[in-house]
Amino acid sequence: MPPDHNPGQPHHPSDGHTHGHHDGLPDDAAWAFGTPGTRPLRIGIGGPVGSGKTALVAALCRSLAGSVSVVVVTNDIFTTEDAEALRRLAVLPDERIVPVETGACPHTAIRDDISANLDAMEKLEAANAPVELTLLESGGDNLTAIFSRALVDRQIFVIDVAGGDKVPRKGGPGVTTADLLVINKTDLAPLVGANLGVMDRDAKARRGSLPIAFTSLVTADGAAVVADWVRAQLDAWRAATQLAPRR
Amino acid sequence: MSARAVLLLLTDSRFPTGAHAHSSGVEASHGRGDISDVDDLEQFLQGRLRTSAAVEAAFAAAACADDAPLAELDRELAIRTPSPRLRDVSRTLGRQLLRPAERAWPSPRFEMLRSVHDGGPMQPVALGVVACAAGLTPSDASLCSLHHLVGSITTAAVRLMGLDPFDVQALAARLAPRLDDMAAIAAAEAAALPPRQLPATTSVLADILAEHHATWEVRLFAS
Repeated sequence: MPPDHNPGQPHHPSDGHTHGHHDGLPDDAAWAFGTPGTRPLRIGIGGPVGSGKTALVAALCRSLAGSVSVVVVTNDIFTTEDAEALRRLAVLPDERIVPVETGACPHTAIRDDISANLDAMEKLEAANAPVELTLLESGGDNLTAIFSRALVDRQIFVIDVAGGDKVPRKGGPGVTTADLLVINKTDLAPLVGANLGVMDRDAKARRGSLPIAFTSLVTADGAAVVADWVRAQLDAWRAATQLAPRR
Repeated sequence: MSARAVLLLLTDSRFPTGAHAHSSGVEASHGRGDISDVDDLEQFLQGRLRTSAAVEAAFAAAACADDAPLAELDRELAIRTPSPRLRDVSRTLGRQLLRPAERAWPSPRFEMLRSVHDGGPMQPVALGVVACAAGLTPSDASLCSLHHLVGSITTAAVRLMGLDPFDVQALAARLAPRLDDMAAIAAAEAAALPPRQLPATTSVLADILAEHHATWEVRLFAS
C-alpha cells in the first residue's frame, strides 16, 4: 500500500468532471483516421476484464440513444456475452448491437488485425443508416491493449479502483495515450483500500494534459461525465463534417 | 521476377485478414471430444487435407489467372459448401482478405471480383485473385491456401488446448512436403478442368459441425 493510503476518507479529485487542458474539443488535426462527413464517429472502449466497459457502454447508450443514432460492436472473448448483456438491458434495439469473435485474442482484433471489426462496423452502420456514433467495446484485456487508428477515431480506456491503485503508475498505452481515461468503481475505494488521490496523481503524471474521469457506474447518472465528453467529441466531429469537402 | 518474398508476406499470419478469429473447425471438434492431443490433431489435419483442403486449393489456383471465370468459380465453390454458416464465413474471410490486399497490390482484378456476390467472394476465389494481383502463380495460390488452413488449425489447437507448440509445429513441418505436392496437383487440375469438374471432396461432418458451432452460447472462435 502506498504510504499516503487513507481508507477512511476517499476523495474524488475530479469532482465528477473530466479535467485536462483540452477537455472537450480536440485539436482539428487530431482525427486519427476517418474523414468527417464520410461515416459515423467511431469510439473504442478498452480496458481490463471487469473494469466496467459493458456497464459504461450501457450507460452511454441510455444517455445518448434518445438524441443520437448509436450502434455498438462488442468483442467479448466469450462471443455473445456482452452483446447479450446489452440486449437484456434493452439500451438499444437488437439490430443495433453486433458481437464479433476474436479467436481468444481480443487485443489482436483491435490492434494488429482489425479486419473483422471493420467489416462488422461497416455492415452495422450501413444496415442502420444514418448512424452518428459507433461504439466498439473491446474484449477485456491487459494494460498493453490499444486500438488501431484505422479502427476508431477516439479511444476510452477504462480501469477500476478495485484493480488496485497502482494501475495508473504501471502505465501502458491505454492508460498513457487514450483520449479519455475512465477510473471506475470509485465507490469501492474505501472497501479495497485504494487511494483515489494516488491514482489521480499517477494518471496525470502518465497522461500530461489528457483528460481523466472518475466514475461510479452503480449510481444513477454515474456515467454523465463520460457522456458529456462523448457529446463534445460528436460536436467536434459534426463541426469538422461541415468543414469537410463534400464527397 | 521472383515473388518469393510476396508469397511469404501473404502467408504470414501477421497479414491482417481476420483469419485469426477462425479455427477451421477445431473448436467444434474439440468441443465434441474429437481432438484432445497432438495425435488427434494430426488425424484432424489428415482429414482436412484429404477433403476440403484439396477443394479450396484447386479453386484458389483456378482463380489465379488473367481470364479466370470468377463468378462461375465462386458459384461452383458455394455449391460445394452445403453449410450456410461456412459459406458466410468464407465470404466474410474473402471480403476481409481483399481489404489489405487491395491496398498492397492495387489491380483492376479486384473490380471484377466485386460483382461476383453481394456478400463478397468465397475466400479461395478471393485468394486466387489476390495471388494473381501480387504476381504469384496458381501453384503459389494453392500453397498459400493450404498453408493458411494448416496454420489456422494448428494455432487454434494451441490456443484452445495449450498443446505443446513445438510438437504442433513439428507436425506442421512433417506435412510440409505434402502441401507442396498438393499445390502442384491443384494447379494442374485448375489448368486442365472447367470449374464444374474441379474437386468436390468436401466433408459433410465439417459442414454439420460448423452449423452446430454457430449455435454455441460460449465460443472463442467465429468458426
